[in-house]
Amino acid sequence: MVENRPFATFLTHLVLVLGVIAIALPVWITFVAATHDPLRMGQAPLPMWPGDHFLTNMKQTLFGSGLSGTEGAPVWLMLLNSLAMALMISTGKIIISLLSAFAIVYFKFPFRMTFFWMIFITLMLPVEVRILPTFEVVADLGMLNSYWGLSVPLIASATATFMFRQVFLTVPDEMLESARIDGAGPLRFFFDILLPLSRTNIAALFVILFIYGWNQYLWPLLITTDTSMTTIVMSIKQMLEAAEQSPQWNIIMATALLAMIPPVFVVIAMQKLFVQGLTETDK
Amino acid sequence: MLKRVHFPSSLLPYLLVAPQIIITLVFFLWPASQAMYQSFLIEDAFGLGTEFVWFENFEQLLTDSHYLASFQRTAVFSLLVAALSMGTALILAGFAQRVVRGAMFYRTLLIWPYAVAPVLAGALWVFMFNPTLGIFPYFLEMVGITWNHYLSGNQAMALVIMAAAWKQVAYNFLFYLAAMQSIPNSVIEAAAIDGAGPARRFWTIIFPLISPTTFFLLVINMVYAFFETFGIIHAVTQGGPGTSTTILVYKVFNDGFVGLDLGGSAAQSVVLMVLVIAMTVVQFRFVERKVEY
Repeated sequence: MVENRPFATFLTHLVLVLGVIAIALPVWITFVAATHDPLRMGQAPLPMWPGDHFLTNMKQTLFGSGLSGTEGAPVWLMLLNSLAMALMISTGKIIISLLSAFAIVYFKFPFRMTFFWMIFITLMLPVEVRILPTFEVVADLGMLNSYWGLSVPLIASATATFMFRQVFLTVPDEMLESARIDGAGPLRFFFDILLPLSRTNIAALFVILFIYGWNQYLWPLLITTDTSMTTIVMSIKQMLEAAEQSPQWNIIMATALLAMIPPVFVVIAMQKLFVQGLTETDK
Repeated sequence: MLKRVHFPSSLLPYLLVAPQIIITLVFFLWPASQAMYQSFLIEDAFGLGTEFVWFENFEQLLTDSHYLASFQRTAVFSLLVAALSMGTALILAGFAQRVVRGAMFYRTLLIWPYAVAPVLAGALWVFMFNPTLGIFPYFLEMVGITWNHYLSGNQAMALVIMAAAWKQVAYNFLFYLAAMQSIPNSVIEAAAIDGAGPARRFWTIIFPLISPTTFFLLVINMVYAFFETFGIIHAVTQGGPGTSTTILVYKVFNDGFVGLDLGGSAAQSVVLMVLVIAMTVVQFRFVERKVEY
């Protein structure tokens, strides 16, 4: 701060604290809803202060049948599905982008630029604009209701390829020259020099892609009809529909809480990598 | 683009790009071309035969008052989401950059909603605004406003806008804060010595200097509101009441998967593709001319 103005400092903190409270309010209300029994959650006005049913609700949500009246998968299975999908998408994206960026930066071969532009185009084709035909392709390949179907169609990545290309371009040429004098081939150079050099970039990207993968909604919604393949993020919508008949808000909100804890934890625990990943991929 | 020192051509680079290229071809380029092809077809009522009709689907689309209304709605929706989330983020970042110690603390407390899935954000907000049980309708009732987003189209729209903006504040805050912190202190100090107070410094120095960030965020927020808010709409309103929150992405999904109008849905997909391409081009042109401080 440039000058000392006690009132301005007070105002600054006041606004920021109000901002933090406003941003956190929806999650607070969710948390409170997950700590009361169903009876209390059925009468207005709803509580603003936590009750004492948190553990009971969590237990019922995780290992019980979840919402009564719906034939869904148990919530712990949905969490596992989400985890599998998120990990497959993020590692898949990172691996194939590393490889293609390596090829494009370090090799001169026919059609190099054609491949580069093909990858670039994927940036302009989000799932939302090619829903039906992509669904047909996945159905024809027999990949509906499988982890492969959930992850593989999403792992082509222009942003990740560009980011690694950028990283590789900053690696000094002398690295490659000396590696070649020492007799290293392309793969040796890739594994022993490029990979260790881009370690933090890989970690930062992983944080962003994990969140991206975990939060997928439209795609899993389309290609999973089998309840055992439901992801946790998808299940919320089904529960909201069921809530119109039997509003068990304590269970629904406990599930919502469980669905947001993993990605939010990743952001807070790896904040530095998260910020780096976010600013690097969106350039 | 290519390293000055590089490996000679061989089979290896093809093997390296193969996974990415195969996935791109099978799941991106082929479906996109199918969408374009289908947009020229009309299927008969029983799904038995198809007819090639050139641009009839597009003509229908552009004369369809529902579609045009949805287009307009999407524009209003995305502009309001961008304005609300960017405005909130700008105010918070403007105050946060004044804090010498603890700026990072506030940052931690403000950026986590980025990680909440849109459909979850929708669930949280629809719960808070549940007409019979929710907390906000209870308070609104006290001041004489009856809240029921199942009946009022405007209230439904307001609800999805708030939910969408809430989630995006985190992202905008992060970029605004980074942009403000990269402004040299000497510039701010010089203005302070000349007698400019905090508010004046913000509007005449900081705000103009971060205008490239504002423009960048505007594009990103528009893309977000156009394409990534599907989950919010699907969870909160299902496009209703009536069609009052049916934005373009929701309409493609609804017409294709629920209404099974393949040609019409494909034509809508093609229109959306053109929009994404336009936005991507704008975004990349901006990056090329990035202003240095």
